[in-house]
Amino acid sequence: MLSTETLWFAIVAAVFAAYAVLDGFVFGAGILYLFVARTDAERQLVLKAIGPVWKGNEVWLVAGGGLLFLAFPKAFAAGFSGFYLALNLVLWCVILRGVSIAVRSHLGNPLWRTFWDAIFAWSSLLLALIFGVALGNLIRGVPLSSDGQFFAALWTTFTPGPTPGILDWFTVIVGMLVVAMLAVHGANYLEVKTDGAVGIRARHFADIGEWVALLLGIAATGALPFVQPVLWDSYVAHPFGSVLPLAAACLLLTAWYCRRFGWHGAVFLSWSLFILVGLGSIAWGMFPNLLLATGDPSYSLTIHNSAASPDGLRLGLIWLPIGISLVIAYTVWVYLSFRGKVERFLSEENYE
Amino acid sequence: MTSALFYDRLQFAVTATFHYLFPQLTMGLAALLLYLKGRAYWSRDAHYDEAAYFWTKIFALSFAFGVVTGIPLEFQFGMNWARFSTFAGGVIGQTLAMEGVFAFFLESTFLGVLLYGKKRLGPLVDWIATVMLFLGSWLSGFFILATNAWMQHPVAYAVDDVGTVHVTSLWGLLTNSWLVWQFSHTMTAAVVTGSFVMAAVGAYYLLSGIHLDFAKTFLRTGVVAAVLASCLMLFPTGHHAALQVFEHQPIKGAAFEGHFHTESGADLVLLGQPNMDTLTIDNPLVAPKMLSFIIHKHFGAEIKGLTDFPREDWPDTMPLLYYAYHIMVGLGSLFIPLMLTGVVLLWRGRLFQARWMLWTIMLMVPFPYIATTAGWMTAELGRQPWLVYGLFRTVDGNSPLVGSGNVLFTLLGFLGLYLLLGLLFLFLLLRTVARGPAVPVELSANGKGAS
Ligand code: HDD
Ligand code: HEM
Ligand code: HEM
Repeated sequence: MLSTETLWFAIVAAVFAAYAVLDGFVFGAGILYLFVARTDAERQLVLKAIGPVWKGNEVWLVAGGGLLFLAFPKAFAAGFSGFYLALNLVLWCVILRGVSIAVRSHLGNPLWRTFWDAIFAWSSLLLALIFGVALGNLIRGVPLSSDGQFFAALWTTFTPGPTPGILDWFTVIVGMLVVAMLAVHGANYLEVKTDGAVGIRARHFADIGEWVALLLGIAATGALPFVQPVLWDSYVAHPFGSVLPLAAACLLLTAWYCRRFGWHGAVFLSWSLFILVGLGSIAWGMFPNLLLATGDPSYSLTIHNSAASPDGLRLGLIWLPIGISLVIAYTVWVYLSFRGKVERFLSEENYE
Repeated sequence: MTSALFYDRLQFAVTATFHYLFPQLTMGLAALLLYLKGRAYWSRDAHYDEAAYFWTKIFALSFAFGVVTGIPLEFQFGMNWARFSTFAGGVIGQTLAMEGVFAFFLESTFLGVLLYGKKRLGPLVDWIATVMLFLGSWLSGFFILATNAWMQHPVAYAVDDVGTVHVTSLWGLLTNSWLVWQFSHTMTAAVVTGSFVMAAVGAYYLLSGIHLDFAKTFLRTGVVAAVLASCLMLFPTGHHAALQVFEHQPIKGAAFEGHFHTESGADLVLLGQPNMDTLTIDNPLVAPKMLSFIIHKHFGAEIKGLTDFPREDWPDTMPLLYYAYHIMVGLGSLFIPLMLTGVVLLWRGRLFQARWMLWTIMLMVPFPYIATTAGWMTAELGRQPWLVYGLFRTVDGNSPLVGSGNVLFTLLGFLGLYLLLGLLFLFLLLRTVARGPAVPVELSANGKGAS
């Protein structure tokens, strides 16, 4: 039977995955920004493509944090305090990225614009990298002690072991993998939303990015059994879960195939699903763990030892479906309202 | 040696105070925009449409800064206050998650619609987006205050066998009696800020002799809203906020009034400096027996003084708390006659020529911000030494493994970044005001760029 804790594990994972897909293409657009958009007009185009939607996309992060707090307070507290330094970097980059998008078009001065353009690109790149490294840390595990707390140094010996740092060769590979995947994701979005030079350059980067992502993905998967056996073991124990990685592989092929035919919408969609299902595969492998311990496995934080009380979890299930349905409804409406190439709407007024 | 706890507290205080500078303006303007946009939509009045357009730009600016400074606060619950989050997550996790799902999505999504969709989606959608934005921002305020109200006055919870708490009734949590007055007081304060800012911009234009018809609209709207909101700050909302403090948190009440010794017929301290050695007020200026009267409607009623309570339960920053409270109430008492004068002049048709009044209104802009900051310091410093009043102490709440060196590092980072953000915001705000309404729309996307 599906327990409430399991359901909440799925909900939290799904919300963070939605964040990865939705803010992911904004990161990707940011990473490629300086390369695909050279003139001021082209940069305006990219910003107009993400303009109406990026704020809403970012809220999935806030909501994910809140829901994790609600359902698994102990894991929220341990994870956020354990990754203290990395998360502060995230916060500073989130601040810089948000501000750069909001203020860059306020002044026409080219120095002003160039400055904020650079801030936008670098903060997007760093955010994607740190989130990727964080994902690597979740997979590899963290040095949890018997009281369920840890504090991760930024780096120790750069090798996964009993007292790893946030950065080691494995987490850096995952970080770069995420950067490559999101860059492709952003390029796909820009191809859908723009015509002309930006779209063509974006396609060029997507072609390369795909191969980079594939190579890094193979490297990370190959390293996995040595770094963290738990994920492999849980696939061995529940082999039917393998439909998830298989589906991810199919989606990757679909994206590749559609790209050859220039079906941009389909490419964007299948790549989004690929990210979603890819994260789903990791979640499947982690389950029921939320934070894996690198030392004694019994120190791991699982959905059983860090869940909030059953009463609270049940109460949350009353309002969440209503709230999320509303969110999905108006989000879909917004995306439909703003569909189509941005060029068509270039002459429209906007405030930013 | 300074402990991690000290820096944790300082970091939360700095980042929360800075965050709140932005939402108070957005929440206040959201209410005023409802009026301007509503008039523009229902009477197809181009003047109001342009007025609303101007304030939407300022709204969007303040909103962007509010969002980026809000995210660090939510993360800090886990990052700096791990033991508190473990303890209280079963309750405040609910309200924080609800805030994200019900309020932040609404706000952020419809701001995108408002900013980018006017031409494409038509005036009706534009109007609906304004309403949604108002709803979203006030719901944000509601849910975050529900969280804070629970920390001030915990209700609807039960203790688990491992010593943590969980919520027993969502309804109880969201109808916390504390929340009623906290919400109405805080939201009214946001309207005070929004209307003071709007009136000040109007006054500035009039004094400079530019954008005259907009100036009059802004002044009229601002002054009328400001006088209503200012009166509501004192009564009933501020008065009842004080009453519930004396009922449920008598130590906080005694501390912010500077009331050291239990007395029947207690005086209301208007001015003076708390002396922590003699436990008296230096240079006191008092209203005799007024404190007893305000709290108990009876001049002879007894009010407990600080010395009746154990010293370890006193707020550890008592003088600061006292000043914060007196600054808020002092300013609140000043706003009412000031804005009443403004309204009387307006009604007599003399406001637009009364240069001394316009100067005053223009220069008042910082003071609502000071009052709200002082108000929050009253509420939060006065809650000490508790994180959750009567239930969980601040010393037990921070993250055990995040050392003082690391917190100082991030605190310095926030200080530096926020200094820059503050300057940037002021610069852009002043620039937008200086350019004024009815500037031709920046058709920046066609490559010509803004001026
Ligand atoms: C424009 C801003 C402003 C003004 C003029 C006032 N207040 Fe205020 N006050 C606030 C803005 C504020 C606030 C920022 O909104 C606070 C902080 C926490 C809260 O709930 O509201 C607050 C808190 C607050 C508290 C503390 C509640 C607690 O400890 O939880 C009391 C007792 C009062 N107020 C009472 C008053 C009185 C008697 C006023 C007389 C005029 C007054 N306030 C004016
Ligand atoms: C935005 C307006 C707010 C301001 C200006 C503000 C101000 C402060 C200040 C000055 C402190 C330091 C108190 C001390 O350590 O002596 C503090 C602490 C704190 N406040 Fe607030 N606060 C605000 C809103 C909130 C809300 C809505 C919550 C709850 C959701 C909250 C939760 C906390 C926590 C957890 C601490 C740290 C622990 C402590 O020192 O008590 N604050 N805040
Ligand atoms: C100290 C506790 C607080 C926390 C943890 C917090 C958290 C947040 C977060 C995460 C955001 C960004 C939301 C987004 O991504 O769209 C935000 C924005 C916002 N917050 Fe806070 N906040 C706090 C205090 C307050 C208070 C006291 C109020 C009002 C009473 C408030 C009102 C708002 C509003 C209206 C916004 C939208 C942005 C804006 O209007 O500037 N917050 N807050």
